[in-house]
Amino acid sequence: MLDELQVQELTEKARQLRVDVLKMLNAARSGHTGGSLSALDALTVLFFHQMRHDPSNPQWADRDHFVLSKGHAAPALYACLAHAGYFPLDDLKTLRRLGSHLQGHPDMRKTPGVEVCTGSLGQGLSQAVGLALAARLQGRASRTYCLLGDGEVQEGQIWEAAMAAAHYGVDNLCALLDWNGLQIDGEVDKVMRVTPLGPKFLAFGWHVLEVDGHDLNAIARALADAAACTGKPTLIIARTVKGKGVPFFEHKASYHGVPPSDDELSRALEHLGHS
Amino acid sequence: MIATRDAYGQTLVELGRENPSVVVLDADLSGSTKTALFAKEFPQRFFNAGIAEANMLGMAAGLAAGGQIPFVSTFAVFASGRAFEQIRQSLAYPRLNVKVVATHGGITVGEDGGSHQSVEDLAIMRAVPNMVVLCPADGPETAAAVRAVAAYEGPVYMRLGRSKVPTVFAEPTPFVIGKGSCLRPGRDLTFVTTGLMTAQALAAAEILAEGGIDARVVHLGTIKPLDVDLVLQAARETGALVTAEEHSVIGGLGGAVCEVVAEGYPVPVERVGLRDVFGQSGTAEELLAYYGLTAAELVEAAQRVVRKKQMP
Ligand SMILES: Cc1ncc(C[n+]2csc(CCOP(=O)(O)OP(=O)(O)O)c2C)c(N)n1
Ligand SMILES: [Mg+2]
Repeated sequence: MLDELQVQELTEKARQLRVDVLKMLNAARSGHTGGSLSALDALTVLFFHQMRHDPSNPQWADRDHFVLSKGHAAPALYACLAHAGYFPLDDLKTLRRLGSHLQGHPDMRKTPGVEVCTGSLGQGLSQAVGLALAARLQGRASRTYCLLGDGEVQEGQIWEAAMAAAHYGVDNLCALLDWNGLQIDGEVDKVMRVTPLGPKFLAFGWHVLEVDGHDLNAIARALADAAACTGKPTLIIARTVKGKGVPFFEHKASYHGVPPSDDELSRALEHLGHS
Repeated sequence: MIATRDAYGQTLVELGRENPSVVVLDADLSGSTKTALFAKEFPQRFFNAGIAEANMLGMAAGLAAGGQIPFVSTFAVFASGRAFEQIRQSLAYPRLNVKVVATHGGITVGEDGGSHQSVEDLAIMRAVPNMVVLCPADGPETAAAVRAVAAYEGPVYMRLGRSKVPTVFAEPTPFVIGKGSCLRPGRDLTFVTTGLMTAQALAAAEILAEGGIDARVVHLGTIKPLDVDLVLQAARETGALVTAEEHSVIGGLGGAVCEVVAEGYPVPVERVGLRDVFGQSGTAEELLAYYGLTAAELVEAAQRVVRKKQMP
């Protein structure tokens, strides 16, 4: 449960992160806007409230791990890492440039704070299960968090990982599902239906929670609930809006892989109260 | 200048009108692969598999076994990687009539970075028995190749690109699977190239001519079956080869050409391509320059191979 001050601080943090995500995408002239914005509130609560990590020591053995399975939302992750202090904010301007440590998709060999390589959808949850198993083997309190897309869970590997996580009872694993209802070719329901999601994961043996993915307090409560759950992995289904925070990007599949133009950026920043 | 994927999308619609057996599958990338054009005109014959490439290739195999002619598209990394074993087992092993048309091949994918740049797909697909492997140079050749594979009975992997490429085949030329084309005569060495590197080789040959080196240019739109006669003829007549591809130097065109000349008529070969490394983020142009896939690099490789040939 967050107190009022924490909610205020995290709300302001999320606002700043949105500003940086939009600026970085605009500077890169390519990249994924919609899915970065829908995931941003969950990432804010993870990186600035829930997770135990030390930006001055990214390899701290007892840290919590974060896996961005929907790797195309890299701008949201990079903004969090920069704000947390893993690298200078200025680096964000180099997103997707030749030679930058900020690749189009997360690269653990290039970016401090990035735990695994993702970008090919469907592979992150398996890696997260592996990280959780390693922490358990080593007797560490470290928890692993993994962010999935609702289109991404069409990949069969997700369900193989879901089966393994429950089978091994990795209760130090918490997956979050960014349920924004859209993928590239349109509505998830029309492209390839994945619902009902909760009952599917329940049947696989997971602890399942559903929250408003833009309610910081609700997200924090669900993360605490997940941490208290023993014997099974937890899935938090986060109901979100693709493009959240910028009205003219919201609910639009067409802004999945399109960055804000100069004009859109200035209108978006104005909306976010950033001059 | 058009992208080969645009030529594919347009030709697919024409095929759809001509042949009701043609069906198309995609994995949530129909706007990028250009199969959306087909989907719009023939919604009944278009299947979006969602983000589930392995299942898509399996369904395509079943559709082919049931008598349809499936064209299956996604990015080259996902087609050749995520769905590899489905391609091997469900479609190549039984020699089913499925056409895998993979777009966004190579490093010209650009900003998405190394995770999305296939530098090994030609090698992987070439190693699979029964597969035909194509890599057209430009829009017109792609259009002709799509028609040729539709008429061919059996599994095919065709690699196309994301970015716009210059036209090499200005005159309408029929595409014959397994046959290369000599685009420029020459006596001192031969560029053997595929995909977008053919245009670079033609430019390099111009530069070399000014310096008195007479370079032949042989384009291989088919990587497998390789046009062995044309390659060996080039080896015999020019005594030195430079291969060039937007791919690893291991196992693709360079590998295939070396195998053939080593057995049939050994001559010095220089391979231009990625030297066993993954790609990274950058613009397509920047990356081509960074990895040495330019006319300038081809000129240097040609000079090296000519020196090797002159060594006693
Ligand atoms: C294996 C694989 N197939 C296809 C893609 C291309 N791709 C990138 S994002 C995306 C759509 C993702 O939709 P979703 O998971 O719902 O993400 P979000 O809406 O949160 O952006 C696709 C198909 C990919 N990155 N990996
Ligand atoms: Mg989605």
